[in-house]
Amino acid sequence: MTGGKVNNSPRILVFSTEKISDPAIDMAGLLKLHYPPTVYTIPVPCSSSIKPRWILHALEQGFDGVFIAADGTDCPYGESCTEKTGQLMSVTQQLMKEKGIDPARLKMAAICSVCSEPFVKHVKSFAEYLSKSSN
Amino acid sequence: MKKKIGVYICHCGGNISDYVDVEKVRQAVEGDEGVILSKTTMFACADSNQKEMVDDIKDRELDGVVVASCSPKLHLLTFRAVVERAGLNKYNYVHANIREQVSWAHSDNKMGATEKAIQIVKAAIAKVRNTESLEPVIVEATNAVAVIGAGIAGMRAAIELAEAGSQVYLIEREFFVGGRVAQWDDLCLTEETGKELITRLYDQVMSQKKITLFTGAEVIENSGSVGNFNLKVKITPRHFKLRCTEETLQQAIDVCPVEVPDEFNFNITTRKAIYHNYPSEYPQLPAIDMKNCTRCGECEKVCPNIDFSQKTEYLNLKVGSILLATGFDPYEPKKGEFGYGEIDNVVTFPQFKRIVHYCDDKLVYKGKEIKNIAYIYCVGSRQVDGENKYCSRYCCTAIIHTAITVKKKYKGIHNYHFNRGIRTYGKAEVWYDESSRLGDIYLQSFEYDPPVVEKSGTQTIVRIKDMLTIDKEIEVVADLVVLVTGMVPRQDNSIGNLLKVPRGRDNFFNEIHMKLRPVETVIDGITIAGASQGPKNIMESINSGLAAATKSFSLVNSGELALEPTVAKVNLEACEWCGKCDEACPYNAFEKVETGGKFIAKVNSAVCKGCGMCLPVCPTNALDLIGLTDEDVESMIDALIPNI
Repeated sequence: MTGGKVNNSPRILVFSTEKISDPAIDMAGLLKLHYPPTVYTIPVPCSSSIKPRWILHALEQGFDGVFIAADGTDCPYGESCTEKTGQLMSVTQQLMKEKGIDPARLKMAAICSVCSEPFVKHVKSFAEYLSKSSN
Repeated sequence: MKKKIGVYICHCGGNISDYVDVEKVRQAVEGDEGVILSKTTMFACADSNQKEMVDDIKDRELDGVVVASCSPKLHLLTFRAVVERAGLNKYNYVHANIREQVSWAHSDNKMGATEKAIQIVKAAIAKVRNTESLEPVIVEATNAVAVIGAGIAGMRAAIELAEAGSQVYLIEREFFVGGRVAQWDDLCLTEETGKELITRLYDQVMSQKKITLFTGAEVIENSGSVGNFNLKVKITPRHFKLRCTEETLQQAIDVCPVEVPDEFNFNITTRKAIYHNYPSEYPQLPAIDMKNCTRCGECEKVCPNIDFSQKTEYLNLKVGSILLATGFDPYEPKKGEFGYGEIDNVVTFPQFKRIVHYCDDKLVYKGKEIKNIAYIYCVGSRQVDGENKYCSRYCCTAIIHTAITVKKKYKGIHNYHFNRGIRTYGKAEVWYDESSRLGDIYLQSFEYDPPVVEKSGTQTIVRIKDMLTIDKEIEVVADLVVLVTGMVPRQDNSIGNLLKVPRGRDNFFNEIHMKLRPVETVIDGITIAGASQGPKNIMESINSGLAAATKSFSLVNSGELALEPTVAKVNLEACEWCGKCDEACPYNAFEKVETGGKFIAKVNSAVCKGCGMCLPVCPTNALDLIGLTDEDVESMIDALIPNI
């Protein structure tokens, strides 16, 4: 197989949500909206179910950044999702600071089920930030 | 820990293998711990491959299976069923998405795509090593369906659902049912009018006790999920009491001083603020359009049935599924597009249908009798520069049928079809043949060299470089130019936005899979039908309406739904009952119980919805979701990092 070049973009782990943001990420593919192939997705039921230890594990094992594609106000499990996802963000960022990890390596944005373009924009700019900060 | 894992990597024709080196992926994972079988396959979902998988699982006694193919939204259930047919618990199957999230997303970078696919398949293998056999959680589902849009697709779907035994709420935004078909007169292939079809469907809707029809109604809030959606519906009053006689109604219409363009006739006529689209439109009760009513009070003086005290009502409905049949808008040409809006005898196809409806023995528009008609095809469809790349499909057939009707109905008509290639597919080809035999003239051009409409003195000229006569320049003096406009998505997409239904590249509602799951959306429990999904003729709309009805029905009819068994689980040793999980749970699924001399949290698995909101708040990490344990997630993360 030919064509393309080996990609050295930063590795980003995305926690997507099965009902809301994962469909948007699927649709980004359908629409051929390209983003770096070093962006990997693990779907979870709801963005407020992500344990800080998973995020720390990813960063410690070699991911350059973690992106939470949050349900936002569209969460099928209720309105408290936004607040709870925000809380786990700040708890995790506190833990990151304590471990000497740049808290900006964790990013979150609400990605609705049709937010394919915003998703691509977010991961691209996050990748840019991560490549700059690692230099 | 699984020791006999089978891995299948799909080419998806070339959808995956054109960008991902699937053989390289296979080689990269064949030596992974526990993998005893790895294969590539042209179409994993094909019947032959499914059979092969069943045989492999039985013969090799596989205890875990991974298929790397399209999105799990499409085929997770297919492959779980395959695994189940082979006698393995279906939760020992893990799906890897290497199409939507790899080959398509990274079609610009083949090496990067292949590397990503390898890591994703490795992560799926890591996950399948830990899977356990599980049973689904059963929840109650409301045996009711909200059908949104009472056009032809929505009404037909509603009747089908009601006959099958579901409660149906048929919700129509307009005051009258029938949608676009009610605006259509003679129909192609059957000797019926749109109005007659709508009358038949309306009668059936009304005779069905299980259907409640709401008109002037809009869904304004939505919560819940499949099985139990909660909808808030706003119902705008008609300001008419139920019994209204023709005579007093006509008097009320006559005295109304307001005149606005009549959208039912695509603005070629006007109507009053009190209106009905035509005398027998359904429901046969007029309405007052409060956006334009000046409350002058004249109508109340002559008609006792007018009631301005009627208030907007709000209703809460609980349904198990939502069927969207919200239809299309006809393309509105831009000002100056083939002279539209600038030359006074240029009209759109829907306007032309209404003109033909109103003209009896002579075809007259703006006081002038029409003899020469120029039809310009593909206006707003198959655009070279615009956004509408698609073909609207129905228009070639519909306009040729209309041209024949016009020729038979009025004397001395000459039809000139300025087309880009005729697409009278299927049975409609006979109409093309008939129109040619009746002497209609067909002139054809390429998309980059369309016909030109010009005013020359009092005449309107249509000029084309006709490819059928080797680029001869031909002019037609037209009494009327009909722009054969296609279908576009509804301009007002408020319901799509509210329900968060994805739209495709053409901006119509998007199905999960065009061929295999054509009426389901990625939002569980929401189905789509009719032209809300893309251009369709009546038969195709009804087909999809019936398919969507069946799909919605299958979700709600048994009164219960099998949900994923991904519920929370408490580690008894680690739990020290602090109540934080209870606070975080939106469903009150936790209970404080005493066991072994201490208080711990207990999960009610019938109530737990598996959202996982309790997981991050537990200070002793005593909570896991089944199927998403720390081990599952962390082993997947480890597998996603390549060993360099």
